Amino acid sequence: MAEIPKEEYILRCTSACAGCSSSLVLRYILKAAGPDSVLVVPACCTSVIQGIYPNTAMNIPVYNVAFASAAAVASGMSAAFRSVGKKTNVICYAGDGGTVDIGIQALSGALERGTDFLYICYDNEAYSNTGMQRSGSTPLGAKTTTTPEGKRDAKKDLDRIVQAHNLPYMATACSAYPLDLYKKVQKALAIRGPTFIHILAPCPPGWRYPSEATIEMGKLAVKTGMWVLYEREYGKLSVTGASKGALAKPLPVGEYLTRQGRFKGIDAATIDYVQQSVRDNLARIAREVEGVC
Amino acid sequence: MLMVATGNKAVATAVKDARPVVVAAYPITPQTEIVEQIANFVESGEMEARYIPVESEHSSMAACIGAAATGVRAFTATSSHGLVYMCEMLHWAAGARLPIVMANANRALGPGWNIWAEHSDSLSMRDTGWLQVYVGSVQEAYDATLMAFRIAEHDDVLLPVMVNLDGFTLTHIMQQMETVELGDFLPPCTVPHAIDTANPGGYGTLTPPTEHFKFRWDIERAMRDSVGVIRETEAEFARRFGRQYAPVEEYRCEDADVVIVAMGTLGKEAEVAADVLRNEGIRAGSARIRWFRPFPAIDFGDADVVVIDRDYSFGSGGILAHELKAAGMAPYSVIAGIGGQEVTYDDIAGFVRNRIPGGEYWFGVSD
Repeated sequence: MAEIPKEEYILRCTSACAGCSSSLVLRYILKAAGPDSVLVVPACCTSVIQGIYPNTAMNIPVYNVAFASAAAVASGMSAAFRSVGKKTNVICYAGDGGTVDIGIQALSGALERGTDFLYICYDNEAYSNTGMQRSGSTPLGAKTTTTPEGKRDAKKDLDRIVQAHNLPYMATACSAYPLDLYKKVQKALAIRGPTFIHILAPCPPGWRYPSEATIEMGKLAVKTGMWVLYEREYGKLSVTGASKGALAKPLPVGEYLTRQGRFKGIDAATIDYVQQSVRDNLARIAREVEGVC
Repeated sequence: MLMVATGNKAVATAVKDARPVVVAAYPITPQTEIVEQIANFVESGEMEARYIPVESEHSSMAACIGAAATGVRAFTATSSHGLVYMCEMLHWAAGARLPIVMANANRALGPGWNIWAEHSDSLSMRDTGWLQVYVGSVQEAYDATLMAFRIAEHDDVLLPVMVNLDGFTLTHIMQQMETVELGDFLPPCTVPHAIDTANPGGYGTLTPPTEHFKFRWDIERAMRDSVGVIRETEAEFARRFGRQYAPVEEYRCEDADVVIVAMGTLGKEAEVAADVLRNEGIRAGSARIRWFRPFPAIDFGDADVVVIDRDYSFGSGGILAHELKAAGMAPYSVIAGIGGQEVTYDDIAGFVRNRIPGGEYWFGVSD
């Protein structure tokens, strides 16, 4: 971790919950981005975490915007900065609801138009800021306040939607692997044009696990293959970090699911279904890495 | 330069002359010609702006917000459904104190689909914190758009301005107009709270009940201050370019026994109606409301007032009529021109002849 700068762009006393991984990943994102950056934040946990006016815990400009609008605001901001010759990084930092649900139209438009920006979705798999309602990114079987018996639909495959826009760089990351994330942010920001990073960000109160288990939960997601770390440079897929091992020999998904209160009472058939989905997904990725498809 | 242009072309030409850095827009009838024309100006090199062809009106206003937040001049145009679709971002633009200028081609809202003139679209955005001006001719569309940038960007205002022109009856009709040599009438855009990475801060941060009202009061104070800025800008425009405007364009009102109040092209039609009525011996005048927000101070003395609303607040009444009632008047409220309904100066003269002070009349329905 020696290469990670000591400068902090998130100051002390945020309003984050104990064990919040989304504020942890933001710390590393901003270290990678540096001070000449603007964060565009739609409604999400980060709207609250940054602090309450007249205070802010953020040491870079943060532009808070309406829920559906982050990628479009970034389009205008990036165009304006480039017009006047500024290289300022424009980074959207949005939750899963603001990305896969209400914000997906603006995101799609900004990607299609070749906007020079980095869009980061930190995915805690629900509308956590409003108290854990189901989002399109909530996984099958997870209990939320609007899916009290467990979600009956699968998690929306955001990455394949984004991939269809043929952007120069996209990646996944997980809060449990900050160095992997740090490198990906640096790589994304070095590329001109639209770039995208999707980060799995475990949420203790939402996923119902002890706050000290946040890092472990992220590692289990990766080791079971529920979440795969990869990057896609100009279309070419590479699996990164801990996912290389998981691809060859994943842990059973039960080891991840049964550690979280949100999956309490999940039946064996659903676990089998999830296991098979993970197997299929890992096989698809392995085939692509090997150049079979 | 003298030219013949449509209302849409006049707006696009004014925008070219104002040299915005970012234009973000989405097509919608009857505004489309504005953004087509701007896209052509940019493509041909006549304009240096970045043209962002967004995927929706919500995003066009969002992109203007992102651009203006960095301190540059930004413009968009829309109409009807596009305007109400971006409603959330209209509040955001005003709340963020960004001097964005937008042209709105006034058009009815569906269902059923109707592409013709009505003021319900912009008047339903009345309380968003935007200044609103309604124009009555092609020349005025050009002039008002130029002035809108100067007013919006004034340090005492820093609020967005909506320039409204009637769909088809102004966007698509051709009249002679004259462009101006702008000189320093429009100084470079400066936004004092523009994003500065060397001086980081939070924008639109969570604001508690102990603070939020202060920002809203600041908007109201700026809206009140804009009255003087509008007057000063219109006077300066007249001094430089010879065309004088006022928040209310009064026509033959000095000795009038009855004053017709309207906005947009119906306000121009009312001037002809006043002439017709005077030929009959009825001392009529016309007062065309140009600035709806901030709403101008008006006083017609003892004259009767006939107000024409090309809009309606269901369950309450004509929206312009309400403004006059709030000013202490008891107008005869006429609802006319809804969804492009044809209204001639003869019709307007008829409204005046048959007026019942304090009454309401839906043209074509109440007969």
